[in-house]
Amino acid sequence: MSEQNMTTNKITGKQSILFTNPPLILSGSSIAGKKEGEGPLGSFFDEIEEDSMVGGKSWEDAESKLMKRAAEKAIEKAGLTNQDIRFLIGGDLLGQLIATSFGIVSLEIPMFGVYGACSTMGESMALGAILVDGGYADKVIAVTSSHFAGAEKQFRFPLAYGNQRPFSASWTVTGSGAVVIGKNDIKDNDKQKNVDKNIVIKGVTIGKIVDYGIKDSMNMGACMAPAAYSTISQNLKDMNQLPLYYDKIITGDLGYVGKDILIDLLKQDGFDISSNHMDCGIEIFDKDSQDTHAGGSGCGCSAITLTGFILQKMRRGEWNRVLFVPTGSLQSTVSFNIGNSIPGIAHGIILETLNH
Amino acid sequence: MNDNNVSAQDVVIESDKNTKEQKYNEYVKIMTPKHNWFINMCKAFLIGGIICTIGQGFNNLYKYWGASEDLAASYTTLSLVFLSVLLTGLNIYPKLAKFGGAGTLVPITGFANSVAAPAIEFKKEGQVFGIGCKVFTIAGPVILYGIFSSWVLGIIYYILIQLGVV
Repeated sequence: MSEQNMTTNKITGKQSILFTNPPLILSGSSIAGKKEGEGPLGSFFDEIEEDSMVGGKSWEDAESKLMKRAAEKAIEKAGLTNQDIRFLIGGDLLGQLIATSFGIVSLEIPMFGVYGACSTMGESMALGAILVDGGYADKVIAVTSSHFAGAEKQFRFPLAYGNQRPFSASWTVTGSGAVVIGKNDIKDNDKQKNVDKNIVIKGVTIGKIVDYGIKDSMNMGACMAPAAYSTISQNLKDMNQLPLYYDKIITGDLGYVGKDILIDLLKQDGFDISSNHMDCGIEIFDKDSQDTHAGGSGCGCSAITLTGFILQKMRRGEWNRVLFVPTGSLQSTVSFNIGNSIPGIAHGIILETLNH
Repeated sequence: MNDNNVSAQDVVIESDKNTKEQKYNEYVKIMTPKHNWFINMCKAFLIGGIICTIGQGFNNLYKYWGASEDLAASYTTLSLVFLSVLLTGLNIYPKLAKFGGAGTLVPITGFANSVAAPAIEFKKEGQVFGIGCKVFTIAGPVILYGIFSSWVLGIIYYILIQLGVV
């Protein structure tokens, strides 16, 4: 934090920020539901909750409990207490962010509630990293959650209603993930001691709302793919890099339909991400045995895939530079009913291991 | 509109917003897998047929037990509704519907399911504002427009009678 650092320009390109002192990811926690636990990433999650009600009285209650556990787990894994965390940045899919408000009330951490639909993890982490690098906080926590049944109830039909889901429909992930972000004050000689690599948030690219006029809420991959395309393309232009600069470019919940569209769209800008692209929604479920159609979705999808799977891969040094791009579709049942199309948004988080 | 080969390139280079949206919608249609409508139709025929056969079975049984045609029909409806609600409560009906599609939607069992499901879901929001207000969230339109269209037909029927057509 020398004088020189303070004056360095963090503003990069049109939509990106490169941090002067990239904040460190102190810990990540992942609490997954039963179905997610049975999926291909099951062994990576911190905890798997078998009870879909999580001992609560309603789906909303259950989601709050998941979020509380995720936040507490992340703080515990970082070796901290609630008092050490200056700000909490969090959000979820339920109306007026009730899963977050009721989940974290007992933690007594000053909080910002944010809504980015399923991109909320990206938005929370970006704001958290900005707060830390800006010197406004030493440690913050970014947290988000989603619950299959709660999302179905709010956005679609009651669970017991019998209907057919189209192949393009996604399956909302039940789970909550939290990341504790702090100032990086690791000394050079500390680095050797750790077997696991430390991960920093090198920069972020904040996405625009992009609307290509899709009105089918059962095809959210197609609604969000243009937003992911816009953010990833802008990130590469801002960074003046080609896709292989990243070991992985990981989108949130585009699913099978959205993934194909994204790769196709980016090719038009001269970026081929087909070899290093991955989508959390595709990874989290096995579509053949778990009947999840296009893949997982929801705030929890990208959150627990990040905290459970991606961060572990990076800590082990298998991936050293990742562009994490959670994607969100910004409709409500009202906007849908009055005939609006479904706009998408995506935020890019540049994750990097130290000394790779 | 007949151009089935809209590519990502066409979408990206299009500068007019409306045309871009239209092209993207066409492009997405190509990229999105669909249920096979013929197989779906066969499944719906099978499941819908089975439900109706069960209904006929009830009907025959009640008549065998001595009920009149009208009474047997009412009892049949009641029995099917009961079975549907029971299967909804046991979480079997959604699985049946996933397989059978419209075959489970069209018979009265589908209607019963669409009333029972919100009742279960919104019970937690209370008897009045939960179940009371939301029990017909799915079935409501069917009830409203069902009654409305029978009213319209009634008026047409009345006019035709007055004109001596029927």
